[in-house]
Amino acid sequence: MARIGVFVCHCGTNIAATVDVKKVTEVAKSFPGVRFTADYRYMCSEPGQDLIRKAIREHGLSRVVVAACSPSLHEKTFQKCTEDAGLNPYLFEMANIREQCSWVHDDREEATSKAIDIAGVAVAKAHRNSPLQTTFIPVEKRVLIIGGGISGIQAAIDIAFAGFEAVIVEREPSIGGRMAMFDKTFPTLDCAACILTPKMVEVSQSDRITLYTYSEVEEVSGYVGNFQVRIRRKARLINENECNGCGTCWQRCPVKVPSEFDRNLGKRKAIYVPFPQAVPNVPVIDREHCLYVDKKKCGICKKVCPFEAVNFEQEDEIIEEKFGAIIVATGFTLFDYSIYGEYGYGKYKNVTTGLHLERMLNSAGPTGGKVVRLSDGKEAEKVVFIQCVGSRDEARGVPYCSRLCCMYTAKHTLLLKEHNPAAEAYVFYIDIRAAGKNYEEFVEKVQDEYGVTYLRGRVSKIFERNGRLTVRGCDTLSGTQIEIDADLVVLATALIARPDATKLAKMLHIPYDQNRLFTEAHPKLAPVETVTTGVFLTGACQSPKDVPDTVATASAASVKACGLLSHDKLPIEPQIARVNAEICSGCLACKEVCPFGAIEKEEIVDKVSQKKRVIAKVTATLCNGCGACNTACRPEAIDLDGFTEEQIFGQIESLVADRGDGK
Amino acid sequence: MKVAYYPGCALHATAKEYDDSCQLVFKELGVELQEVPGWICCGATPAHLTSHLLGVALPCKNLILADEMGLDTVIAPCAACFNRLKVADQEVKEDLELKKDVEKVLGRPYSGRVEIKHPLEIIVQDIGLEKVRKMVRRELEGLRVASYYGCLLVRPPEAVSFDDPEDPQSLDNLVTAIGGEALPWAFKTECCGASFSLSETDIVFQLSGEILNEAVEAGAECVVVACPLCQSNLDLRQKAIEKRYRKRINLPVLYFSQLLGLALGMNMRELGLLKHMVDPTKLLEKTLV
Amino acid sequence: MKYAIASEKVRRTFAKQIEKISGERISLCYQCGKCSAGCPVAYAMDYLPSQITRFAQLGMVEKLMGSSTIWICASCKTCSVRCPRGIELAKIMDAFRILAKRQGIVPKGQIAPLFDGIFLGSIEKYGRLHEMGLISKLNIASGRPFKDLSLLPIMLRKGKIRFVPEKVNSPREVRNLIRKVEELESK
Repeated sequence: MARIGVFVCHCGTNIAATVDVKKVTEVAKSFPGVRFTADYRYMCSEPGQDLIRKAIREHGLSRVVVAACSPSLHEKTFQKCTEDAGLNPYLFEMANIREQCSWVHDDREEATSKAIDIAGVAVAKAHRNSPLQTTFIPVEKRVLIIGGGISGIQAAIDIAFAGFEAVIVEREPSIGGRMAMFDKTFPTLDCAACILTPKMVEVSQSDRITLYTYSEVEEVSGYVGNFQVRIRRKARLINENECNGCGTCWQRCPVKVPSEFDRNLGKRKAIYVPFPQAVPNVPVIDREHCLYVDKKKCGICKKVCPFEAVNFEQEDEIIEEKFGAIIVATGFTLFDYSIYGEYGYGKYKNVTTGLHLERMLNSAGPTGGKVVRLSDGKEAEKVVFIQCVGSRDEARGVPYCSRLCCMYTAKHTLLLKEHNPAAEAYVFYIDIRAAGKNYEEFVEKVQDEYGVTYLRGRVSKIFERNGRLTVRGCDTLSGTQIEIDADLVVLATALIARPDATKLAKMLHIPYDQNRLFTEAHPKLAPVETVTTGVFLTGACQSPKDVPDTVATASAASVKACGLLSHDKLPIEPQIARVNAEICSGCLACKEVCPFGAIEKEEIVDKVSQKKRVIAKVTATLCNGCGACNTACRPEAIDLDGFTEEQIFGQIESLVADRGDGK
Repeated sequence: MKVAYYPGCALHATAKEYDDSCQLVFKELGVELQEVPGWICCGATPAHLTSHLLGVALPCKNLILADEMGLDTVIAPCAACFNRLKVADQEVKEDLELKKDVEKVLGRPYSGRVEIKHPLEIIVQDIGLEKVRKMVRRELEGLRVASYYGCLLVRPPEAVSFDDPEDPQSLDNLVTAIGGEALPWAFKTECCGASFSLSETDIVFQLSGEILNEAVEAGAECVVVACPLCQSNLDLRQKAIEKRYRKRINLPVLYFSQLLGLALGMNMRELGLLKHMVDPTKLLEKTLV
Repeated sequence: MKYAIASEKVRRTFAKQIEKISGERISLCYQCGKCSAGCPVAYAMDYLPSQITRFAQLGMVEKLMGSSTIWICASCKTCSVRCPRGIELAKIMDAFRILAKRQGIVPKGQIAPLFDGIFLGSIEKYGRLHEMGLISKLNIASGRPFKDLSLLPIMLRKGKIRFVPEKVNSPREVRNLIRKVEELESK
């Protein structure tokens, strides 16, 4: 027979003001198996815990029930306390008489009666608690980083410095992401490539970092400490080990196609390196446009390569690797403004986006650093900037603010004026969000010293007239409609999740929100973790952010990953599903409902008939103890340790039992 | 094919040519039009600016009358009538309290059974432009047309639109199908001044003046419309606009049914083309083959 | 003039009334100005449409009802279609006008409401609009008896004028309809 101790907490006045805790403690004495009761002001405090530990030792208690707040707050506290006193922590049971009682009722008599019931039910369960044992799993000391932009790069550097191995899988031919496309960064006006490339080089030269570029993650299975990942290394048609980046091949290639890196403003070859500082500095062959791949013509690149690095027969390579943790650093894409009919449905050549302007401003870009009208290449003398295109637009865009656009628009106007002092710049805004360090000062400098005109109001229509664009907007501060004839209109389009973000989320079993941005474990307290242990988030794939915040989250995620990896083994919670092989019929209904993919089929040899049959098998490390399998199982062959059918029925029986108080 | 026909007050008065040309064209296309017996004014703009219930009850009365004809579609050439019928129908279907009030006022239940379409919709969707193209007897020989849709034909899109609210194409496609050149221009759906023709005529001069100017800049030889108010504002007031802004415009403003009627082989007189203020005859005689 | 703001005023009794009549949530407007930017008649208004919305949000009823804006609004619905918060401002403008007429606070000199009244009077009498009647009554009522007289000869020649009003068979039905609406709304 169990010897149960019941401890009732006042929680100051949180519980005691509504529930008569003394009465609960008194009645608890009459519960079956209860050998000791006590009440205290704050059970979770040191003296409160001492009370519990002392009682366990002095009265030989074999079960502990604490009636207090929600287990989500202090279950671990009391489990540890129980363990300190020499008892298995899973012999502890918590009764929630605060969130589920005192905090939601007013009537003292009824609340007290309910609290007694709750405590009674906990005692009934505690009887049937068994001493579950924590098991441990080994940890693979490698981190997978999906995405090689600034966030992935920073994470890799931090992880390598901490002494662990990092692998970056990047789908483009080079790492560098969006930042490599920028001209200068706000507020310092550092050249983006100049501050980024040293990090890119560091990553390529580090012994502990492996780069798989032009590669994609295809499948992820396993669990924290032991993720199995299948990576597809797409065929570049170039042998990376032979190529030394001399560039002879792409200089001689006759095919010119629009360059994605230049946002289709400039051209690249069919064999190309996306930008001069690419890492690795190895070209890739665009199979769609290469004459040899398509029609078996040309093949000049192969002929002129001094190292015989071109290999048209190269095939995609599939590799399987193991990782202890995964960091998601897949970044963002830009909202497609061509849904706005009032802005021309994307057919006006001289209406463009901020990223296109970055490429123009960049001296290594398609226009040699000149800001030009895209219709005729003439230098743009009058440029109108429109903020919040797609952002803060519940009707047709995304409801949120993209955070960066106010800053980069200010930067764009400054750079425009620097490149062409005679140019006129107008910015249509709704609010200016300049909350970062030195950001407000930056915007004010642009407004004061660079003579940029800021107009507060959205633009209702842009149309073309005599080869020039007419912008119809508003300045709500002066209460006037504003019409401007512009050479170029630059739209600050919203930062949105990539269209295939949901596919990746499903692969990793992580949640995402209605905007397809990956969901963090807690918006305030766990911004770089996900609810899936071992998978971390960094950068814009979680929410739009600028470079300083991205780098901060990258370092934060690496610390979390390293924290995991610094353990040689990780504990797994023992409150997981267990299959009774004797009863299990092998229908596998449980496998269908398991959201974590933790159940698979297993072939066993039946003890009685000596014939082979199929039963369900639970992978302990993947099971989260949700109990869905338990509900689906008809013969009750699968049960949840810590919440067994027996325990639950015991609770129900206790509730309906006649306690002789007329209720 | 047989549909109920709701002409509206304007088509029986200053916009008689729209009524005549529609009737002729639909007869040729094989669609029988049956006028809604005892129809009353839909209330246009003044009703919904004075009382929400009145603005909904008047159109609903007409829809009940159409329902009683046993036909399942009613067409309304006037864009304002079309808009009011559609919006009233939608509001009554979404707001049950409103429906109750309407039924109380009308003393009859509202079934919402009748579908409301614009004649342009019938031509472009139900009959189809392929069929129309085959029936053309006189090609327009590349007549440069600025298609002007106005407001009420395309807004609000949730209630009325069978076409895009910012860059609609149905009139343009019809023009192309009958051999004209549909010009791309940015003022297809800018407001002409609507019912301000009598009360705030200056506003009509400004708004319609801008539209006509843009049509001229786009290279138009004429403007085609689908609303009697638009036609009136752009045509009747054109001379005054020319005087006010000291600029020659000289753009005939035609109903799409008139242009289509010409292409189908009808003559200018029967289509009411002689009734327009800005004379279209010289332009059309030159163009029509 | 200093505008004294008090919580009850801003607490949106007026705004709530407007929300009820229009079915649109005026509180959603975050004053981005897109409606004002695209309004074709804003040039003739004393206050921009977005400013009028702001008056409504803050309960500044006198300012709103004294403005020309709501009477210059042409109901073209450009604002409704482009609002990023999906607010149909044209419906809200209707609500302002309905309320003003109901409470009899239409500013003198605004011709559009005169037009509305004469139009409705015509259909009450005949069941269908008598255009000639409308034009002549409006010109006289607005103190412009000779307006558009120059157009009369050419319109006569083209046969565009209809002097005799077109009546429906039972105009009394229409009169009763209008009466019933007035009855229901006065409750």
